[in-house]
Amino acid sequence: MPETTYLEAIRQGLGEEMQRDPAVVLIGEDIGVYGGAFKATEGLLERFGWERVIETPISESAIVGAAVGMSYAGLRPVAEMQFIDFIACGFNQITNFAAKSHYRWSAPVPMVLRGPCGGGVHGGPFHSANPEMYFVHTPGLKVVCPATAYDAKGLLKSAIRDNNPVLFFEHKFLYRRVKENLPESDFTVPLGKAVVRREGRDLTIVSYAAMLHASLEAAAELEKEGIDAEVIDLRTLLPLDRETILASVRKTNKLLVVHEDTRTGGIAGEIAAVVTESAFEDLDGPIRRVTSLDTPVPYAPQLEEFFMPNAAKVVAEARELAHY
Amino acid sequence: MRFVFDGLEKMASTLTRQQYLELYYYMRLNRELEEQMVRLFRQNKIVGGLYSSFGQEAISVGTAYALGPGDWIAPMIRNIGALLVRGFKPRDILTQHMARYTSPTLGKDGTSHFGDLKARHVVSPISMLGDLIPVMTGIAMAGRYLGQKIVTVTWIGDGGTSTGVFHEGLNLAAVQKAPLVLIVENNQWAYSTPVERQVPLKDLADRAKAYGIESAIVDGNDAVAVERTTREAVAHARAGNGPVLIEAKTMRMRGHAQHDAAEYVPKEMFEEWKRRDPLDRYEKFLTDNKLWDAKTKKDIDARIAREIQADVEFAENSPFPPPESAAEGVYCEGCHTVEAEWKRPKEEVMPPRSSVKAEWPRKMFTGNGSQPLPEKTAPAKSKSVKKSARVPVRAKAGR
Repeated sequence: MPETTYLEAIRQGLGEEMQRDPAVVLIGEDIGVYGGAFKATEGLLERFGWERVIETPISESAIVGAAVGMSYAGLRPVAEMQFIDFIACGFNQITNFAAKSHYRWSAPVPMVLRGPCGGGVHGGPFHSANPEMYFVHTPGLKVVCPATAYDAKGLLKSAIRDNNPVLFFEHKFLYRRVKENLPESDFTVPLGKAVVRREGRDLTIVSYAAMLHASLEAAAELEKEGIDAEVIDLRTLLPLDRETILASVRKTNKLLVVHEDTRTGGIAGEIAAVVTESAFEDLDGPIRRVTSLDTPVPYAPQLEEFFMPNAAKVVAEARELAHY
Repeated sequence: MRFVFDGLEKMASTLTRQQYLELYYYMRLNRELEEQMVRLFRQNKIVGGLYSSFGQEAISVGTAYALGPGDWIAPMIRNIGALLVRGFKPRDILTQHMARYTSPTLGKDGTSHFGDLKARHVVSPISMLGDLIPVMTGIAMAGRYLGQKIVTVTWIGDGGTSTGVFHEGLNLAAVQKAPLVLIVENNQWAYSTPVERQVPLKDLADRAKAYGIESAIVDGNDAVAVERTTREAVAHARAGNGPVLIEAKTMRMRGHAQHDAAEYVPKEMFEEWKRRDPLDRYEKFLTDNKLWDAKTKKDIDARIAREIQADVEFAENSPFPPPESAAEGVYCEGCHTVEAEWKRPKEEVMPPRSSVKAEWPRKMFTGNGSQPLPEKTAPAKSKSVKKSARVPVRAKAGR
């Protein structure tokens, strides 16, 4: 059986949930006849028809708003942002309408907002963003960032079945680059649970999405130097799985956080706070981070490479921390 | 469709006497409840702001009264009259304003910011104007998908029509032909900004032309006309003809909120509009048409006074929320079930019945300068070629 790409896993997840539950509908720009800018919804219009694959004008605010309304009526809409950068255009509907709904007046919003995020594909300042932290700072939302094909499918299914607004950030660098054999049976991956991708003793590397792969590559490199890194994949940023992080730090006593998001206000800061609050006595060194620069995502490949983390940068930082 | 009903003069409605009296009951309840809340505000018993609808009661009540029980509404801040018509009680509105634990939001939010998804089909507004339009469009689309034959209604002010999401929402509703009725309450003022500085149009209903949808203008201080116009618009939308925008012309008779003395409003404006008070006019209508007598009025007014008094007592005796409940309810984790109410066979939306050919049919490209070329390329002298080459007139919009 051929391996399934991260992109195909998402397409399968959408199709299987639509088959399983007629309350699941899709809404977004160019998602029907064209199948989406990255073809994530390709073939779904043919199967499920115009009523369930709804093409909209270029109106991100209206897309999110309509999805909120559909969820109030008992549907489980999955809205697509063509590029996640455009989520900024729907910001108010997400943060003020969807996120506060259940807290304010007990009205659940079972919707998913998904779209391609991330750099490394020379998309420039408006097609490369990692905007997750705007939303991690918004109570009421769930924020999911899968790194593997299995997780992309399993987490998407959980997100669709969840009764809360879930932002599902698909890393476009991974769409066709990561693949694996997936079970044929229906499976889900729980929201809010991190996973240890590689066990180790010397230090903990916490990461997610595309940077998980840079971190694993770095861990393999570090092993040659006798440094045994444990690598954690957060999978969900909100709610954050503090326990998995703390358990690992209590074992390795050192923590490096790696993310493609920019540095200031990235999740590394929150994780550092959690660890110093709850496991300060277990730390044998400073908490370090490898992140993108505090700039917009630049266009030229030389600039983007300088801007973003990669395995070599992770190795350098981890080596220093291991020998601290 | 662009009709301007003169409801009070011509009794252009088909309501029963009982219904006419109900309209009075709700409008009077709306007015008296707000008068009571002003008193509570002055006694420092309203925790936050108080936004009132003095002078606009005919719109909230008349529009909501025209709907069926399955229809959905999303009120704005000045639409407590619509909430009352929808079955909420004065105590719900009082406890909301007084931040009590017995309020529909358990003290989490105030004012008219509450709703009821399952029984009353009321969506809670947020303070950002315009956002309800796409949300109510989404419910309208979902209702159609589920086979419910519902209409959704929301309100916006003259100021709210300036927001970007007003455009996005109404445009989406229009291309989707969603059964949405949007009531634009033109009350002349957006906080301290007059409508002339908000919109360069004499009639806000003209906005509808840009979306190719139907519109109506109604005297917002004429309850009968408002009810009748909304009923027509709702029928139009329910029949699948797309959204309708109704401009209800009125006047905000107080400040933006209770703190605002509205000294920026020319005095004459208040005086002119006072003479068009919706309740005074409606009472005269009931009297002129012999729909009631002094005793009926006295009975209704007494009932309203009793109900408000009882609910004020209820609210004042209600506890404030326990502080630690602030931490509860961010997520829905098993506390609510999400269920769609299907009114059509689900098989219709499942393969194989749902399967379609994924292509845009050529025949849809008839407007916007893209129409099929004539099939024959014979010498162009016949009328038919000339005719088919002409850009068709766009679907009639507005008036």
